[in-house]
Amino acid sequence: MALDFSIIPGILPALLLGARLTVQLALIAVAIGLVIGSFVGIGRVSGNRVIRTITGIYVDFIRGTPLLVQLFLVYFGLPSLIGRPVPPFTAAIAAMGINSGAYVAEIVRAGIQSIDRGQMEAARSIGLTYAQSMRYIIFPQAFRRVIPPLGNEFIAMLKETSLVSVIALEDLLRKGQVVITRTFRPFEIYMAVALIYLVMTLAISRLVAWSEKRLKVVD
Amino acid sequence: MIRTSGLQKSFGSNHVLRGIDITINPHEVVVVIGPSGSGKSTFLRCLNLLEKPTAGQVFFRGQCITDPHVNVNEVRTEMGMVFQRFNLFPHMTVIDNITLGPAKVRGVSLEEARETARVLLDKVGILDKENAYPSELSGGQQQRVAIARALAMKPMAMLFDEATSALDPEMIGEVLDVIRTLAEEGMTMVIVTHEMGFANEVGDRVIFMDEGVIVEEGPPEEVLGQPQNPRTQAFLSKVL
Ligand SMILES: Nc1ncnc2c1ncn2[C@@H]1O[C@H](COP(=O)(O)OP(=O)(O)OP(=O)(O)O)[C@@H](O)[C@H]1O
Ligand SMILES: [Mg+2]
Repeated sequence: MALDFSIIPGILPALLLGARLTVQLALIAVAIGLVIGSFVGIGRVSGNRVIRTITGIYVDFIRGTPLLVQLFLVYFGLPSLIGRPVPPFTAAIAAMGINSGAYVAEIVRAGIQSIDRGQMEAARSIGLTYAQSMRYIIFPQAFRRVIPPLGNEFIAMLKETSLVSVIALEDLLRKGQVVITRTFRPFEIYMAVALIYLVMTLAISRLVAWSEKRLKVVD
Repeated sequence: MIRTSGLQKSFGSNHVLRGIDITINPHEVVVVIGPSGSGKSTFLRCLNLLEKPTAGQVFFRGQCITDPHVNVNEVRTEMGMVFQRFNLFPHMTVIDNITLGPAKVRGVSLEEARETARVLLDKVGILDKENAYPSELSGGQQQRVAIARALAMKPMAMLFDEATSALDPEMIGEVLDVIRTLAEEGMTMVIVTHEMGFANEVGDRVIFMDEGVIVEEGPPEEVLGQPQNPRTQAFLSKVL
């Protein structure tokens, strides 16, 4: 069977609609991840052993288990526990947000720890509290260093959202599958799907590289 | 002004300070010398509690600051510290480095903090660099900013940990000049240094530390000129 890409323009709107959901899911997941990850990341370097242990368990659990299993836990597992179904979109952003939180936490932890110890000591030696030293000295410097890895995390999340196609959310991949059942052109359509993912991830990495350069100015 | 009693510090099984008793009087300049690893930095860092002593007490202006109820942050505002590697805040301009403490800790208005900062920058001889970033300055200039940053808190005492060791030789003088001026103004100071000539010149008292204890102390002409202890003699014969 010869390749026939002439069908692509006709199905492109459907795919782009899926791509929109993909981007939405990734954005919301990483936004939730940023909130969770900032707190957990700070907790990972806390002086309090209990906080360090609890946050450590969370990070290890999430990073040590597949996202697909986590998604099933929320979508199929949780309903039996709480006695009512969890809508697919809610399940997807919950699972992916909590998942992203662990990866962001590691990025935040590494960012904080990459700042020279002397910075904290100098801040403390002029009488700033731990919290003030974090806020005025450590975070602003760590922030510049976490931009690139956070960009990578966003790219990873964007690709991982394709997992939600198994819980019937019409993301980019799922849209592609649906279209294939109508057109019987799997190669062309999966190729188109892949290219749309590629365009999105390339755009993000360009954006990250650009912002990295902007932030380098004072360093 | 500062007194330690039976001050000890261990890192795990490494017993770094083995009981330091010393009294530093107001307006006194105490110079601490000793071989690498003898615990000089650790001693200095115990004075403003950047390191938590494992045993013994530190008193500052009569108050036992090793007492757990003491507000360490308040104490630190009264003890300026200057580090070997400057530790300026690289994301802030020179003037912001200096005003941060007064503004955030002392609650001084930014206006007033900036005025004080300019006076201090003038004093350390780099008034023209107030809007530069630390990376745009030479080592000597950075260290002078670091001194100004510490002075901006109007501390009662200053601690210097090898403030010139990371500097190129031609920049050592400009930093020593600033410290010398402070000595003349009567600032209470504890200075860890390898500059024996400078120790001799500005020190009211020299302390020779080795293996976590004070081996010998006294006026510079005695400790540096006619050391009594064989360990002091051995150390000085190596560095002089
Ligand atoms: N944070 C730390 N953790 C573990 N060990 C430490 C720490 N800080 C210092 N030490 C150890 O304490 C000992 C004394 O170190 P210190 O820095 O006080 O010596 P020093 O006299 O200042 O030496 P130098 O002249 O090289 O600066 C060394 O053996 C060092 O390895
Ligand atoms: Mg030292």
